[in-house]
Amino acid sequence: MAETVDGKKEDADYKRLQSFPLIRHTDMPEEMRVETMELCVTACEKFASNNESAAKMIKESMDKKFGSSWHVVIGEGFGFEVSHEVKNLLYMFFGGSLAVCVWKCS
Amino acid sequence: MSVSHKVGTMKSKQAPNVNSHQKAAVAKGVKAIGKKKDEEEGLDTAEGEEWMQGKTLVKPPDQLDLTEAELNEEITRVLKASNPNAPQNVVRYSFKEGCYKPIVFVDQMAIHFELEGNLVHKESDEGRRLMAKQAEVDDGGGVERPDNVAIKAAKREQKLTNQFNFNERASQTLNNTPRDISCQTEPPPRANFSATANQWEIYDFYVEELQRREKSKEKHEGQFLNKEEDKSKKKMIQAETQNDDISQLAKAVKIIERMVNQNIFDDVAQDFMYFEDASDEFRGEKGTLLPLWTFQYDKAKSLSVTALCWNHKYNDLFAVGLGSHEFTQQGGGMLLFYTLKNPSYPEFIFNTASGVMCLDIHEHLSYLVAVGLYDGCVAVYNLKKKTDQPIYNSRASSGKHTSAVMQVKWQKDDLDSNHNFISVSADGRLVSWTLVKHELVFTEIIKLPVIDTIPDDLKDVIPTVGTSLDFHKQKDYSFLVGTEHGKIHKGSKYYSSKFLEKYDAHFMNVTRVKWNPFHPDVFISCGWDWMVKIWDQTMKSPVFTFELKTSVTDVAWAPYSSTVFAAVTTDGKVHVFDLNINKYEALCQQKVVSKKTKLFNIEFNPVHPIIIVGDDRGHVTSLKLSPNLRKKPKFNRLNQKF
Repeated sequence: MAETVDGKKEDADYKRLQSFPLIRHTDMPEEMRVETMELCVTACEKFASNNESAAKMIKESMDKKFGSSWHVVIGEGFGFEVSHEVKNLLYMFFGGSLAVCVWKCS
Repeated sequence: MSVSHKVGTMKSKQAPNVNSHQKAAVAKGVKAIGKKKDEEEGLDTAEGEEWMQGKTLVKPPDQLDLTEAELNEEITRVLKASNPNAPQNVVRYSFKEGCYKPIVFVDQMAIHFELEGNLVHKESDEGRRLMAKQAEVDDGGGVERPDNVAIKAAKREQKLTNQFNFNERASQTLNNTPRDISCQTEPPPRANFSATANQWEIYDFYVEELQRREKSKEKHEGQFLNKEEDKSKKKMIQAETQNDDISQLAKAVKIIERMVNQNIFDDVAQDFMYFEDASDEFRGEKGTLLPLWTFQYDKAKSLSVTALCWNHKYNDLFAVGLGSHEFTQQGGGMLLFYTLKNPSYPEFIFNTASGVMCLDIHEHLSYLVAVGLYDGCVAVYNLKKKTDQPIYNSRASSGKHTSAVMQVKWQKDDLDSNHNFISVSADGRLVSWTLVKHELVFTEIIKLPVIDTIPDDLKDVIPTVGTSLDFHKQKDYSFLVGTEHGKIHKGSKYYSSKFLEKYDAHFMNVTRVKWNPFHPDVFISCGWDWMVKIWDQTMKSPVFTFELKTSVTDVAWAPYSSTVFAAVTTDGKVHVFDLNINKYEALCQQKVVSKKTKLFNIEFNPVHPIIIVGDDRGHVTSLKLSPNLRKKPKFNRLNQKF
């Protein structure tokens, strides 16, 4: 029993400790990266239950800010191979279990 | 045109229906008129029927029925001159009195018809103008000018005239043909990226990140102490960057300096590159030397050139050693580097404590310069370093020479890859110096043999002055040393006790001895006894001997031919020989400096067809060899003569 309680605590800790947004791979310039990351975080928090709307929000904002055309994938389990314009890719983790991949390719 | 009506009364006794003729009876006589009209109409329409109908009085149905008495009543009609249509009650606001006031006098004019005429009075302005125009048009313009001028109005009118009498002339400038230009930019570069997003990958990555952060926190705490160092470093970097601005300017300034020099010495530069003396064809075998730049340095005025050396890597850079040959006039010395690109100022300047006697630039590392000084020191300078001081100096070394160092020569790197060079000096020793880390390590190679004329007990005291040293080009261990007594000793680095050969070369000081760069057995020597001698190392006596009328101070082989060499003498002349062409005479004997200036050094440029000569005033003169002096032999004739 104590173990499960500990396990739960650990889980809670893990959730707390590991829900910060973490960039896994990117080749964006500094400013762009920061902006995009914040946008993703905002979108994911806003549409915590609906990945599609979050992705839609991210994609539209990116299109407006940095030009067309952006592609966004949000999910918990997927593999991908994409062609992207150089210096326009962001792949990050968020919320401990969510992975967001944003890239530009017209 | 108004016709004034006389006010009058007209009595009319006519029948009431005739009253309808009156104009003023419009309102009353509407019906009467109406009747009359009908009558007239009847008359008019039935003009043809007049005779038929006659006078039948037709009563309109709506005519007033009047009694006889009323019909016979006389009605007075009054004709007035006033306009019945004119308003009779016009009121105007009077500002003076502040109220509306009726205007008494109303305009009674009624205009029935108006027609504007186009007749102009002859005497009026317009009339006169028109007449003038007419006259012009009739007589065709120019002839009538005086008449027109007479009329004052004509001046202005001329412009008007031109309006109607003008020429139109059009021209079309050349329009550039329209061109279509289209451009396609390159699309932004693309790259592929692939990854997998799984729960465990995410988890792993987070864990890693946390670990990394912990580590960096620990480092960070340890780095608080280093922060101050960083700050000071930053300050230094800032200061350096400030210096960089000036140093960047220095580079630009240097380039401009060279450009300005090139402009000033443009003709010399052109000669250097392109001038080929055409008159050489007519001169037979003889050639000439064309003076190019003269290199001099203000602060070196009192010094004489003692050594010259070309840089192997940068063919336009050469080193000049300045000092003094006189025993009594020893002062400081200088080491200067000039480049042909900037003849007015040396590139590098080094001051030395005593006069420079000899110098040598390393064959491969062209920034290492070995210098031998009059006081017996040897020093090595590194041109890459900005300092004025040599990187090595044998000043404090125990094995340093006790007398002037006459010649230094770089050797190949030894087994430990240390650079080393060999020096010969007036104390009769050949010493090898090795550059080990921060010091010069000396190794004695050999001591010059004492001549026989010196008594035995003084043999250790009085040394044989070595004056010149040269190493064989191919057989690196074999070398030649010239002495003050006129002997040339051939030695080998492997034998440290004895010399291999001794040649009785000159009666006086041997000033230079040099191996032939092509032929393995030939070397040349020159001395104060006015002679230049060419030797084969296997033979005891010289192969060629040339007498040059004054002391020969330096001789050099040409790098492009095995049979060409040049010598300089104290009378300021340069002698160029080509054994291939003439075995007995010089091809060129030319005085290149002003009188009473002695020439001390000569060097051929390894690439360009120029030579530099140094004189005792501290000047270096560059000369271009004319084509006759530059003939390359088709095959090595020097072998043949043996």
